[in-house]
Amino acid sequence: MEEIVNLFHGFAVALQPFNIMVMLVGIVLGVIIGVLPGLGGANGVAILLPLTFSMPPTSAIIMLSCIYWGALFGGAITSILFNIPGEPWSVATTFDGYPMAQQGKAGEALTAAFTSSFVGALFAVVMITLVAPLVASFALQFGPAEKFAVYFLAFCSFVGLSKEPPFKTIAAMMMGFALAAVGLDSITGQLRLTFGFTEMLNGFDFLIAVIGLFGIGEILITMEEGLSFRGGKAKIDLRVVLQTWKSLPAYWMTSLRSCVIGCWMGITPAGATPASFMSYGIAKRVSKNGNNFGKGEIEGVIAPETAAHAAGTAALLPMLSLGVPGSPTAAVLLGGLLIWGLQPGPMLFVEQKEFVWGLIASMYLGNLFGLIVVLTCVPIFAAILRVPFSIIAPLILVLCAIGAYSVHSSTFDVMLMLVFGVVGYLLKKCNYPLAPLVLAIVLGDKAEEAFRQSLLGSFSNPLVSTIMVLGLIALFWSAIQEGFSRLRTATA
Amino acid sequence: MKRSFWHVALAAVAVFGTSGLASAAWEPVRPVEFIIPAGTGGGADQMARTIQGIVTKHNLMKQPMVVINKSGGAGGEGFLDVKSSAGNPHKIIITLSNLFTTPLATGIPFSWKDLTPVAMLALDEFVLWVNAEKPYTNVKDYIDAVKKAPPGSIKMGGTGSKQEDQIITVAVEKATGTKFTYIPYKGGGEVAVQLVGNHVDSTVNNPIEAVAQWRGGKLRPLCVFDGKPMAYDEPIADGKSWKDIPTCKSQGLDMEYLMLRGIFMSPKATKDQVDYYIELFKKVRATPEWQDFMKSGAFNTTFMTGADYAKWVEAEEKRHEVLMKEAGFLNTGN
Amino acid sequence: MTTNSSRAAGPRHKMVEAGVALLIALFGIVVIIGSVKAGINWGAEGPRAGFFPFYIGIFIVVSSVINLWHALREDNDEPFAEWGQLRQVMSVVVPTAIYVGAMPFTGLYVASVIFIGWFMRWLGKYSWLTVLGVAFGMPIVTYFIFERWFLVPLPKGPLEEWLGL
Repeated sequence: MEEIVNLFHGFAVALQPFNIMVMLVGIVLGVIIGVLPGLGGANGVAILLPLTFSMPPTSAIIMLSCIYWGALFGGAITSILFNIPGEPWSVATTFDGYPMAQQGKAGEALTAAFTSSFVGALFAVVMITLVAPLVASFALQFGPAEKFAVYFLAFCSFVGLSKEPPFKTIAAMMMGFALAAVGLDSITGQLRLTFGFTEMLNGFDFLIAVIGLFGIGEILITMEEGLSFRGGKAKIDLRVVLQTWKSLPAYWMTSLRSCVIGCWMGITPAGATPASFMSYGIAKRVSKNGNNFGKGEIEGVIAPETAAHAAGTAALLPMLSLGVPGSPTAAVLLGGLLIWGLQPGPMLFVEQKEFVWGLIASMYLGNLFGLIVVLTCVPIFAAILRVPFSIIAPLILVLCAIGAYSVHSSTFDVMLMLVFGVVGYLLKKCNYPLAPLVLAIVLGDKAEEAFRQSLLGSFSNPLVSTIMVLGLIALFWSAIQEGFSRLRTATA
Repeated sequence: MKRSFWHVALAAVAVFGTSGLASAAWEPVRPVEFIIPAGTGGGADQMARTIQGIVTKHNLMKQPMVVINKSGGAGGEGFLDVKSSAGNPHKIIITLSNLFTTPLATGIPFSWKDLTPVAMLALDEFVLWVNAEKPYTNVKDYIDAVKKAPPGSIKMGGTGSKQEDQIITVAVEKATGTKFTYIPYKGGGEVAVQLVGNHVDSTVNNPIEAVAQWRGGKLRPLCVFDGKPMAYDEPIADGKSWKDIPTCKSQGLDMEYLMLRGIFMSPKATKDQVDYYIELFKKVRATPEWQDFMKSGAFNTTFMTGADYAKWVEAEEKRHEVLMKEAGFLNTGN
Repeated sequence: MTTNSSRAAGPRHKMVEAGVALLIALFGIVVIIGSVKAGINWGAEGPRAGFFPFYIGIFIVVSSVINLWHALREDNDEPFAEWGQLRQVMSVVVPTAIYVGAMPFTGLYVASVIFIGWFMRWLGKYSWLTVLGVAFGMPIVTYFIFERWFLVPLPKGPLEEWLGL
């Protein structure tokens, strides 16, 4: 009960006119950051952090967290329109979002993505409001072995059986792992696979690979098919939002499942990326439209977006109550808290009530404002697809180059991006799946690190075994399902 | 009362600073890039972003200061970037111990002599922490318990591999004749939480990384790896302050280690340019925000510039070489 | 090979597929060599740096050999793409490569103006006015958003140096 009172007090703080203005500014900046590859949520927040020092801490954190929400919303836009995910967790959104846009359903895909994000975030905020202390103690259970088990589960539930020839899937995924291994090995502190090139010190960043493989690769395939961008016939009025909304309640089960996956992954703290992949994989397996996934199925947009946002929001909880950031953006926010003299940790909820509940209230309001802002812009975003290809293509290429450059401020990465683009074109034409490759780049080194940390420490305990068994079930789900149906026909 | 004192002090410094500037011939004409050879959220990152915030808020520089993380290759990426920008006075870098450990452990070709030393801002302390649920209340209890356990069964968590935390661990092993299993993690905050969750048995976290858990009653400090106790006497938890933590030396654990938080700039900088940045950081140090930051992280606020600083860095480099050689952390070349 | 023959003129899909499999195998071999250099055995503190990449490399080589075998065995004689289509693809790849290659020397802005201008004029056949508008407009907007608002420095060349930006 005390929580509810605190929350209303928080709303009162967040609804002060100055804070509402700050919220709107934050959302708009966040969307801009999310749309431009090269400005991730993390650098957006980092760059604006100093500007917020002149505000009271509560207003400042409201603004920064709104930038975070805006960036989460904005990340889906480029994924759907151009197949370029700006953040790791929007990769899974491209699988069905981009095909939808190509079929002239960009408006529907964007509406579904934004709405699902909102639902996911709302679910996570409600959870934070009600069970924050419980959740914090759950997060403490997670050592390296548990983390590895969670990564394992994410891989299993996503990879499983796919349409592509299995050895092509393996080859693609292993290439991802190999690329993820380049650079410093965090366990031995030794360099590996750099062959003495200083450019290779950083390893291969996910963003560069993904801009190349997905973004540039897609432009090359479009070129092959002639100078046209499909999807120009997307509806560009606001009615599309209402029409899409009518169809969404049918997917309540997918939403709910994705919310739960997202919250769980956000707290553990494995993060939003495995959450989105896992949710997509499971939805594909469980849905009756499963075979349609990857060809423009709206459920394939709902599942990853809901989970990513639930996770992104839930990740703020371990940050506040334990002081451990669940994502790079959260890490920067954490630094901000310290600079304002607020110490994240167990005492924050006790000593800084106004701040914590102001922030939680701003999560509700920020998301609501964010949803309204991005939904009203759906027609504008969809209209971008009407710009002729020979104008939009060079602009996208230049933006991709900026995005690749700003990851490490290195022109070498821009060349790498082009190489990835040509490789992506060849691989796609030869029917190699790109998604396992990207998943391996994103999670490969983290999974290896967790595995080797657990080798140093201890491995088995009930939590680990349970998660691993879940992973194996997910991996062999199709086989199990087939066995069941055969059993059923045999008995019938 | 205290605030107003600092405002006066700040104003005084500002006046002094501007008069200093008038004589200084150099001033940045483009945005200054502030490189962090570490990831977002770490100690160096926090310090650099605090400095950026202070500079922006108090308008200490006419040009903007841009913070860039270059953490590749244990920070090697950042150092190589500064090393290769000879004669570009718009690039400064904040260093931590990886200034010494990274070239030694990985063979990435740079040394502090490739850069121009500007100033030492502070030194970061290291404290030996255990979980508050454990019975050990002093160093002796803990070391005895480690000695009793089978070798390697006690886990020490730390940030990074072959870096400061592991160097201290090895030194503790040497000093006490024990054996830990060292488990490297990505960041200090994560290490502290792993200790709270009992996934490791002890850590050597910096104060700022573990203070929240100490205040929450989850962790217990045993000793500080410094020659004298820390200076901050405000109570943090159970009426104990940073000052009440004994030195490890006084507890029979003969090891001292402090981590550099200093500023370097690109090679071939002129004296005017170095002086400009020294003045800038003097102004930063005088602000109340900086004082608060130092207090929250229980930093050792030693400030050095010029020849003193260079001498300190040189001695510290030799010491790291010895420590790392003893620990077997030197790059064997591959 | 003549370009005006039947619709099937172009490199065989089979050959491209085999080539890609070979390239991947080569990549796997590079990974294996690199891992061996980093040490692939089991050290005092668990596996050494090259342990996992070594087996990943082996997986890559083995699966691409299987893919290669599948590709060569296939009877499918379809073209990978027509020459005309490939020319289209190259008309993007080559200028982009030049653009990317020039960036370290000219900076991002100059290269972008030329690149956008070239693309719109030659492939889109727009009037010079539109071309110049977009080609200059986009980098200028980029400059303000990235360098001014968000303080992200982008690569600059002699022109920016001369302008003192």
